[in-house]
Amino acid sequence: MIAQAPAIAAIGTPRHHYAAFAVMVALAALAQGAFGIYPVFLAKVLCFALFACAFNLLIGFVGLLSFGHAAFWGSAAYASAHAAAKWGLPPELCILFAAFVAAALGAVIGGFAIRRQGIYFAMITLAFAQMIFFIALQAKFTGGEDGLQIPTNYRRIAFGFLNLRDNATLFWFVLGIFLIGFLVIYRVIHSPFGQVLKAIRENQPRAISLGYHVDRYKLVAFVLSAALAGLAGGTKVFVTGSAALTDVNWPMSGEVVLMALLGGMGTIFGPVAGAVVLITIEEFLAERAGAWVSVIQGGIFVLCVLAFRRGIVGELARLLKKPL
Amino acid sequence: MSADIVLRTEGLTKEFKGFVAVKNVSLAVRRGTIHALIGPNGAGKTTCFNLLTKFLTPTAGRITYSGQDITYASPADIARMGLVRSFQISAVFPHLTSLENVRVALQRKMGNSFHFWKSERQLQSLDGKAGELLEAVGLGQYRAIPAVELPYGRKRALEIATTLALEPDMMLLDEPMAGMGHEDIERTQALIRRVAKDRTVLMVEHNMKVVANLSDTITVLARGEVLAEGSYAEVSRNPAVVQAYMGSTGHAHG
Repeated sequence: MIAQAPAIAAIGTPRHHYAAFAVMVALAALAQGAFGIYPVFLAKVLCFALFACAFNLLIGFVGLLSFGHAAFWGSAAYASAHAAAKWGLPPELCILFAAFVAAALGAVIGGFAIRRQGIYFAMITLAFAQMIFFIALQAKFTGGEDGLQIPTNYRRIAFGFLNLRDNATLFWFVLGIFLIGFLVIYRVIHSPFGQVLKAIRENQPRAISLGYHVDRYKLVAFVLSAALAGLAGGTKVFVTGSAALTDVNWPMSGEVVLMALLGGMGTIFGPVAGAVVLITIEEFLAERAGAWVSVIQGGIFVLCVLAFRRGIVGELARLLKKPL
Repeated sequence: MSADIVLRTEGLTKEFKGFVAVKNVSLAVRRGTIHALIGPNGAGKTTCFNLLTKFLTPTAGRITYSGQDITYASPADIARMGLVRSFQISAVFPHLTSLENVRVALQRKMGNSFHFWKSERQLQSLDGKAGELLEAVGLGQYRAIPAVELPYGRKRALEIATTLALEPDMMLLDEPMAGMGHEDIERTQALIRRVAKDRTVLMVEHNMKVVANLSDTITVLARGEVLAEGSYAEVSRNPAVVQAYMGSTGHAHG
């Protein structure tokens, strides 16, 4: 699946990455300002985009297919909503707390899962994620079927001055968090650590024979991915106003796989494109097609795997002959 | 004499569900020599090799390296002790450039391999050393080429350069000539001879010409057991060895 990753660029940030980054930020800002798209919808897309980028860090740059990333996104959403509703913490602390919860969960689940490879790795992550789902369904503090709502009297002021009740402010706040997460991932990929991750992805037995304890590298990458997925999930609560069972259920794990696949696994900007396309389709078709949304998503999945396995950005990168 | 032995196995045995692949093998590899492990197909060479490199754990027996017991060490640990292996199928990192391939090996000793918050620009300080290693194996002009695009023989050379980057005391080569044409064999043979000057080499190899040319000592395995040991002249005259080979590959002595 990852054998077709484009050749890795030389050291340093290539100029076209700056350009692509500028285009991405400009498009987000224009969508909100000039095109007048509903800011709350855009903020939701950005949360999913960060989620997909965090997932892609594992599949695209370590070669690990996690099928349980809903556990991190979902538990972070619950943690964030809990911190807001029960403790009355300000949004930025709720989100930080959520990321920590997801990271801790990532250390536990990752600690077990990275001992296995391929389908076994995927199944272990799925099994753990289903346990988390079961807890969310049964436990008292998660609100069961109802989920956790952020109460109407909660003071939605971030950093003491950003009023998140205002939709435009909410958008800029979420864009800021997305960009922080995105740049963290970019740095991880382009760090000495990232270089070892790529070596593990390319040829694990060889990396071992060079003296690398690959399990430790995988675990660190797993925890980073979980923390960033948690950052996204914790932020999402302030966009939709609640944490719900769908956030922690397995179709969410599948959706993030689809986003990365559609956008281009192992590319830097691909997961963002994948999230934009998929969430837009869902939002647009939810009222018009109802249950057919799943069928359409399934069709997209089949099309990706059969026709363009590099994904949107992967194909674009091939045309431009530059890794994106 | 025993101080000269760098790698030693005593009664090494590996069983797979009732099938004994390696049986009571005792080896002693002298420091600074090229030692070859040969034998007909199914003799247990690869299993033995994987036991020595810790990719398999023995059922019984002991392995010592430079006086330390490594019977239950992990493969990454023995690499850190200076015992580095190569693979039968050329082991490179396909989508990294030649330079990056070597640099990954050099990077470990820099101690920043877990630093996910630092820029990879730090690694540029290794480029000089990596370039030298590439020059040493004749890959100077390929440094910016992704490994996947190198011809087969060059991949092998790249793998050796990567292994040398660890400055190993001992190299374990798994069929270094497998799948190579004449020209590549000549070049790789010269390369192995050159790198073996100040280190110990243990190799599994099928090409008898190469074995005869390179090895100081040869251990012949058959059905998981040591059949004979000695110089090429000695083992090739050994009737048991001749019989073992006639039974399977005929003209293997070539």
